[in-house]
Amino acid sequence: MTAEAHGHHEEHHSSTGLDNRKLGMWAFLGSETMFFGSLILVMLINKHNTLGGPGQEVLDLVLTSFTTFVLLTSSLAMVLSLAAFRNGSLLWGRIWLGMVMLMGLIFLGGQVYEFTEFVTHKDLTPSTNLFGASFYTLVGFHGAHVAIGVLWLGTVLAYSWRGRFQPGMDMWGIELVGLYWHFVDLVWVAIFTLIYLI
Amino acid sequence: MATVTATAPDTRTFSGTAWSWITTVDHKRIAVLYLVTSLAFFMLGGLEALLMRLQLATPEADVVSAERFTELFTMHGTTMVFLALMPLSAAFFNLLVPLMIGARDVAFPRLNALSYWIYLFGGIFMNISFVAGGAPNAGWFGYAPLTDTAFEATHAIDFWAFGLQILGVSSILASINFIVTIINMRAPGMTLNRMPMFVWMSMITAFLIIFAFPAITIGLVLLLFDRYIETSFFIPEGGGDPVLWQHLFWVFGHPEVYILILPAMGIVSEILPTYSRKPLFGYAVVAYSGAAIALVGFGVWTHHMFTVGLGPIADTAFAISTMAIAVPTGVKIFNWIATLYGGSISLKSPMLFAVGMVSMFIIGGLSGVMLGSPPIDAQVQDTYFVVAHLHYVLFGGTVFGLFGGIYHWFPKFTGRFMHDGWGKVHWLLMLIGFNLTFLPQHMLGIDGMPRRVHTYAADMGFDLWNMMSTVGSLMIGFSFLIFIINALRSIRHGEPSGSDPWDGGTLEWTIPSPPPVYNFAHIPIVDSRYPAWDLKRGGGHTGAVATAPEADAEADEPDIHMPNPSYWPIVMAAGMVLAACGLIFHQAFILLGAVLFAISLLGWIEEPAG
Ligand code: HEM
Ligand SMILES: [Cu+2]
Repeated sequence: MTAEAHGHHEEHHSSTGLDNRKLGMWAFLGSETMFFGSLILVMLINKHNTLGGPGQEVLDLVLTSFTTFVLLTSSLAMVLSLAAFRNGSLLWGRIWLGMVMLMGLIFLGGQVYEFTEFVTHKDLTPSTNLFGASFYTLVGFHGAHVAIGVLWLGTVLAYSWRGRFQPGMDMWGIELVGLYWHFVDLVWVAIFTLIYLI
Repeated sequence: MATVTATAPDTRTFSGTAWSWITTVDHKRIAVLYLVTSLAFFMLGGLEALLMRLQLATPEADVVSAERFTELFTMHGTTMVFLALMPLSAAFFNLLVPLMIGARDVAFPRLNALSYWIYLFGGIFMNISFVAGGAPNAGWFGYAPLTDTAFEATHAIDFWAFGLQILGVSSILASINFIVTIINMRAPGMTLNRMPMFVWMSMITAFLIIFAFPAITIGLVLLLFDRYIETSFFIPEGGGDPVLWQHLFWVFGHPEVYILILPAMGIVSEILPTYSRKPLFGYAVVAYSGAAIALVGFGVWTHHMFTVGLGPIADTAFAISTMAIAVPTGVKIFNWIATLYGGSISLKSPMLFAVGMVSMFIIGGLSGVMLGSPPIDAQVQDTYFVVAHLHYVLFGGTVFGLFGGIYHWFPKFTGRFMHDGWGKVHWLLMLIGFNLTFLPQHMLGIDGMPRRVHTYAADMGFDLWNMMSTVGSLMIGFSFLIFIINALRSIRHGEPSGSDPWDGGTLEWTIPSPPPVYNFAHIPIVDSRYPAWDLKRGGGHTGAVATAPEADAEADEPDIHMPNPSYWPIVMAAGMVLAACGLIFHQAFILLGAVLFAISLLGWIEEPAG
């Protein structure tokens, strides 16, 4: 009960022992689950709604399998980064964090390529049919989440040069972005399975 | 006595005072902001309703044009739900949750301020539409394809859709804040099963909000895509399905009605025990039935769509779940009545409002169960019967409950009573006016008067009921004026109340009125559900609210650390709403908004949170 009295705001007292910010993140991700859940449902409803135009067959499984693999690997790098920071190794922490960003960027690059490819060669735009509209909406929103994640990782990385995440310090800044990143990854697994694979 | 280390602006000058409100992160002041703003919107929504009632008082009247009428019912519904009642509930969350759980503030004070400013700007944004080419006009549930550009080419719908998105952000952020506050910041000993019932209902409401709002967020995103980038999610010609909108809206919409009623139920669950001088009957049952309502509430949405033609199987299934949800609702009512039974009841104005809430809500629940039966619903769907139902639950339930809360906690936050006699006059007038307005609407609905019509012919048998309804609504308006005058007068001239005028049982009554910035000089230790009663009566297990030994040590320590004021929340909120303006007026605003947002985000991160 003394934590508050000492005004030490890095380690909040809490009834559950969980950090406030992490708990808040969980609540936010709960909300996000419903967000993506609704989007995925809309996509599933419209999966074959092509009006005779381009549909699921335009999806490039090879490319996307590769970027999916990259994104999944990035979650591993995220874990390694946090572990390195925790072990007091700033260098490796930063390297792994940079790797996560890089892999996120590769994933986004794949998506940008995919989108331009569809628009220029496959005649699939958001207004072509509802397959296209739902696809661009769902995958676009996910991509936006990845992009925000990359920016956020960049900020965290920058702060590691500004005196944060030094050995012995608390790591909630990295833990939060890690939670977010794993979540965005997990959503992609669902999207990839439901939209690309089946 | 402890001193406080937040750097407060100089409140002796006007600009200093204004600045202190703009930058405040104190949950109690934010509550006042919510309260004042939501009552202002309540008044606006009320005026819209009165205009509609004047138009409908007599057949074939011409008080407002049909176009205007459409805007009025749309904005009335939207305003009352999103700008008046939800934020009024949020005012109570802010006022009470930290005090009731023995905390010094919410988990994220700046985020709390951000939620408020987004709400304020979002509300203003939506209402600008009245002077910027036309207000939203597709009903509060904005059915497709009425919202499509083919039927509404002006920006009316865009104001509505962007406005709701903005307000959704505000609600979700606030809910995350309260979830964390309630789960994580309870005083020692305040287990979940000792939390005041209002805190329980606040927590359930917050969970409902974070899980229900995404559905409408997606619905609105798709709608805006239909309008801005020529997709056709809800447009049949492009393969779309207007019914998808209905699903997305009501998956949100039904939980939303519980979002609106649960806080009022929480308030009533605090008021009834206090004025019966008896603990709440069946505490655990009341709490868990609230949770049950929330869960089942996600599985009843198509009772709003019985006449869409989803087929007998869907209709039957949802009729059953709808009837089922009446059970936990009824359970609560029995518990309230049992709380009154054998109590030594004192009929002060808060108690009258609480009893009014329970009894009016019963009527609304009964018409709800009737509507839950598909054959009956097929007869009265889209008639005034539905309007009567929703007002018995939302006005009879929520509004009565929230007003009771205002009378009850007014002394806590001002140190003065509201005038009880005038409170009773308010109550009586409102009760009579309310029933005069909405009871006849049941008959109108059964007689076949559709809702949302601008006028009606003279020989339909609707005249008398409509006139009664209009007279009643004017009475409600008048009673509200009495309330406002009473409240304004009482702030300065009300009778001083002391810290515990009602012999309350929960923690907020153990601290001075108005509470100090830091709420509790010592964080209390709790070992029962009514710690303040234990303290006063020496009952309970061990005398409760004993001070923690650590807290005693605190007293030697001069500082209680309170968060610093911050202007980043208001800047960030302005950035968000400006960006939305950009999508309607001029793209330059998008840039401006984005820049403001980015700057405030950086400022936010860099600012020592205190
Ligand atoms: C006993 C529990 C309840 C049942 C069984 C029930 C049932 C229903 C049904 C079947 C409808 C659809 C009527 C139609 O459009 O044909 C309806 C409408 C409505 N209900 Fe309830 N209801 C209940 C409680 C509540 C509560 C607690 C609230 C809010 C505080 C509420 C608010 C509304 C609103 C706002 C509408 C109208 C929505 C609209 O069409 O604009 N209801 N209710
Ligand atoms: Cu409903």
